[in-house]
Amino acid sequence: MSEDVAIVGTGLHPFGRHPGVSGLEMAAIAAREACVDAGVKWEDIEFSAGGSEAAGNADTSVSLLGLTGIPFINVSNGCATGGSALTTAHAMIVAESADLALVVGFDKHPHGAFNLLPEEWGIGSWYGETGLMLTTQFFAMKIQRYMQLYGISDATLAKVASKAFSNGARNEKAWRRQPISAEEVAGSRMISDPLTQFMFCSPGEGAAALVLAKGEKASSMPVDPVYLRSVAFRTRKFGSFEVLSPSIPVEDGVPPTTEAARAAFEEAGIGPEDIDVAQLQDTESGAEIMHMAETGLCADGEQEQLIAEGATEIDGRLPVNTDGGCLANGEPIGASGLRQVVEVVEQLRGRAGDRQVPNDPKVGFTHVYGAPGVSACTVISR
Amino acid sequence: MVEAAERPIAEGLFVETTEGPRLIGSRCRDCGTVTFPKQNSCAYCAGADSEEHLLAPRGELWTWTVQRFRPKTPPYNGPEEFEPFGVGYVELPGECRVESILTTADPEELRIGMEMELTLIPATGPNGEAARTFAFAPAGPPTERNER
Repeated sequence: MSEDVAIVGTGLHPFGRHPGVSGLEMAAIAAREACVDAGVKWEDIEFSAGGSEAAGNADTSVSLLGLTGIPFINVSNGCATGGSALTTAHAMIVAESADLALVVGFDKHPHGAFNLLPEEWGIGSWYGETGLMLTTQFFAMKIQRYMQLYGISDATLAKVASKAFSNGARNEKAWRRQPISAEEVAGSRMISDPLTQFMFCSPGEGAAALVLAKGEKASSMPVDPVYLRSVAFRTRKFGSFEVLSPSIPVEDGVPPTTEAARAAFEEAGIGPEDIDVAQLQDTESGAEIMHMAETGLCADGEQEQLIAEGATEIDGRLPVNTDGGCLANGEPIGASGLRQVVEVVEQLRGRAGDRQVPNDPKVGFTHVYGAPGVSACTVISR
Repeated sequence: MVEAAERPIAEGLFVETTEGPRLIGSRCRDCGTVTFPKQNSCAYCAGADSEEHLLAPRGELWTWTVQRFRPKTPPYNGPEEFEPFGVGYVELPGECRVESILTTADPEELRIGMEMELTLIPATGPNGEAARTFAFAPAGPPTERNER
């Protein structure tokens, strides 16, 4: 396994709603926290990459952190913003262009569903005018078909959301910290059949940052490093069912999640069966269920039984979204992918407090997915 | 039925024929891949030689949901008094799966695999004017027209 790149510091601005605090200020707070955690100063950082979807250019945060003149690449890649920033920093370190890098993702979205404009996504304006420009519809239609094909029940959808809120209640930086029973989830307002209000995450605010170090350098630092064994980022191929598609082919293709996960596992030399803790894109309950299979962590249809027996809970055999995921943390697009990595690092370092996965987890996995069909996955281990 | 004077919500999306409305897609002359709406290049083979192709007016419901809250304006142009509407993908055999508004929002009337038929429904154009868009409706038993 490659020890080329280590994660030596993490920082997280609490997720939720923070009136009066800008996205860039949250980014700077997370970045400073990551530097303190790594025992380095901002001026020691040799390269940085980061971004947001809706809260400004990441590189302007240097005016809050200090103008040190380092190369700073702004990333704007939708839900894969964090993953793309991490991919970039990882590559810079592997290429020996930097020994110490900082990645940061942040966002600050208004209330309500994401409001996308079709023209920015290569679709005619009729699509939005007639009420089809909604990511919520896609997720509902994807899980609707999946449930029929693989025997997933409405009760399982509710359990996934209830687990997220229960994990969020154990995470002091989560947005939703109130446990909600599966019955309450199932009984909340229907948004897009079969998904109810509490089965969807909400756009929100937050920031996450990581300090990466070249492996050799990490071993001489006074920190407890974990290693970024791989990071893989893929876009959609012909035939996969993706968000915001006026039509799709009649032949089924391989989803970008599957392609990215396979590549990440292959590069790491670690298989899905070795994963002790996983963070998966849970835009809504169904997404977590489908992504479990798309990433290879289980077979299609196996989720019904796994979730019924509690396998994905913190003390289960495959803990998923231990920090409450997007459901309990909300979805600040630029921050989510890095939040997942921060959580895996905390779990592997044994620093996850009330939500610590028992028995000393060694290997973690993260997965983000977003419009218009992008996915980034990482394998991280001690 | 909508008034014949109402304009399509967008040019090049559908046409009315003597046998009813048809969606305007494109077909790649190199590999035969069918796409909707029409586009000049092919997402499968990257070929740049596409021809206009009218899609089949009937197919099977591949998946569905119900839009139960009013989408934000812009871009949504529907009435302020919102009525939930069905949304689905209809698989047109051998062509493509088309995303569409459905004429029913009642989950009891929707099931994957059911026969659906293209129709036109009222919509609101970019400047608030009456327009029409396409939708799929649960199909009755095949008629003489559809069998042709």
